[in-house]
Amino acid sequence: MSDFLEIVGLSISVSLAATAVAGAVSLPIGAALAIFPFVGQRLIVVLINAFFGLPPVVVGLVLYLALSRSGPLGFLELLFTPAAMVIAQTILAVPIITALVHRASERAWARYGDELITDGATRLQALPQILMIIRADLVTGVLAGFGRTVSEVGAVILVGGNIRGLTRTMTTTIALQTSQGDLSLALALGAVLVGISISISATVFALAGQARTAGSDEV
Amino acid sequence: MIAFRYVLVLVATLAVLNASAGTERSIVLASTTSVEASGLLANILPQFTAKTGITVNVIAQGTGKALDTARRGDADVVLVHDPEAEREFVDEGYSSTLRQIAWNDFIIVGPSSDPAHILGGKDSVTALKAIASARVPFVSRGDRSGTNTAELRLWRAAGRTSEALNPEKWYHDIGGGMGQALNAASAMSAYTLTDRATWLSFNNKGSLIIIIEGDSRLINRYDAIELNPRKHGAARLDAAKIFADWLVSPEAQRAIGAYQVNGQQLFNPSAASPK
Repeated sequence: MSDFLEIVGLSISVSLAATAVAGAVSLPIGAALAIFPFVGQRLIVVLINAFFGLPPVVVGLVLYLALSRSGPLGFLELLFTPAAMVIAQTILAVPIITALVHRASERAWARYGDELITDGATRLQALPQILMIIRADLVTGVLAGFGRTVSEVGAVILVGGNIRGLTRTMTTTIALQTSQGDLSLALALGAVLVGISISISATVFALAGQARTAGSDEV
Repeated sequence: MIAFRYVLVLVATLAVLNASAGTERSIVLASTTSVEASGLLANILPQFTAKTGITVNVIAQGTGKALDTARRGDADVVLVHDPEAEREFVDEGYSSTLRQIAWNDFIIVGPSSDPAHILGGKDSVTALKAIASARVPFVSRGDRSGTNTAELRLWRAAGRTSEALNPEKWYHDIGGGMGQALNAASAMSAYTLTDRATWLSFNNKGSLIIIIEGDSRLINRYDAIELNPRKHGAARLDAAKIFADWLVSPEAQRAIGAYQVNGQQLFNPSAASPK
């Protein structure tokens, strides 16, 4: 049971950390892509949307080779640690959150952009205001990023190594138990994983619903 | 400036996450699925950690992959079971010391209906010949693991190379671990070669039973391999040596011999008299 709680705890904290880092990167970038016009902007947007479906196992493999002691980042000694899993999941979550934030920012900028600029704000000053306007979409974006990270197995099993008590997450445990023929245990853990995902989604959607109601006269 | 702050947040997060792994002494053991999945390591490692304060982080892979992990420098010590691949590893200069710690045996398992009519025999090569001529399903790991190379050695003795086997419709190369191969064999009513430890601790046998056992060609040796400091400067070889020495010590050998699943001994300690 303590093993089980440890696994669930590690899964959630790794994915939360990855989502937090990804959100910190993606929120400003997603909005900036909509607000600041520059050459190559379309290309970057297309690329980010293309990376939406980045195969986790490929991210895991590339990161594995980079973090290996014989790879360029080997000196960091991060391979087979939770930190490596956070990096992998961050890479997976960034395109998703950025793309969703960008889409919402684009809509909001089309509608309120002129108004904000005529009020005397620079584009940089308008950025946080745009993020404020689309805060309900931010929740959806961050949630989508979390869902992606907590459910993937391909990347974390490669860079984490599925080490008992250190890098064993819910998804890698399911893979392991299936390979040991403990199908009912694997299924039970799968049910927990689904349950956790649903309750986190439900909680955040409830919070988002409140935020939307509170801010309804602004938008 | 903003970007810099985010980089700081990232670094801080990683530092916090890594603190738990970095402060205590730990080594990475690249090992095979059979010693991990059978529960042996989980059973004996706490004794070692309690005694020395060194945490052993186990990466369970097939022997081929485990040796590759060590070649890249990502493991500090190796525990595998493929004499040929190990000899290659030693010849390439990656290893300083190689010691046998335990042995058990491979067995051929298959459906209780036994469509190839080989149940109860001792000769594994004759059994494979019968499976091939009856063209009944056979599952191969296909992952360069110790079990996979042992299987291919037996097939060669039975007159079939892997090139000749792969096009055969009854020969299923699943490219997975021992448990996955047993799951597949169970689902397809196929024969497969497995190590006894994984078999005894496997929980989805279905109609599979032991078909062939007791052939001297089916012996399965586990070796602890220490790495060559000249090739592995970054590895934690001091702690790894303490671990390898412990594995062959009377204390660890007793623990290996005492480990049982469902009342059956899985590994025979053999450091004192290698088989």
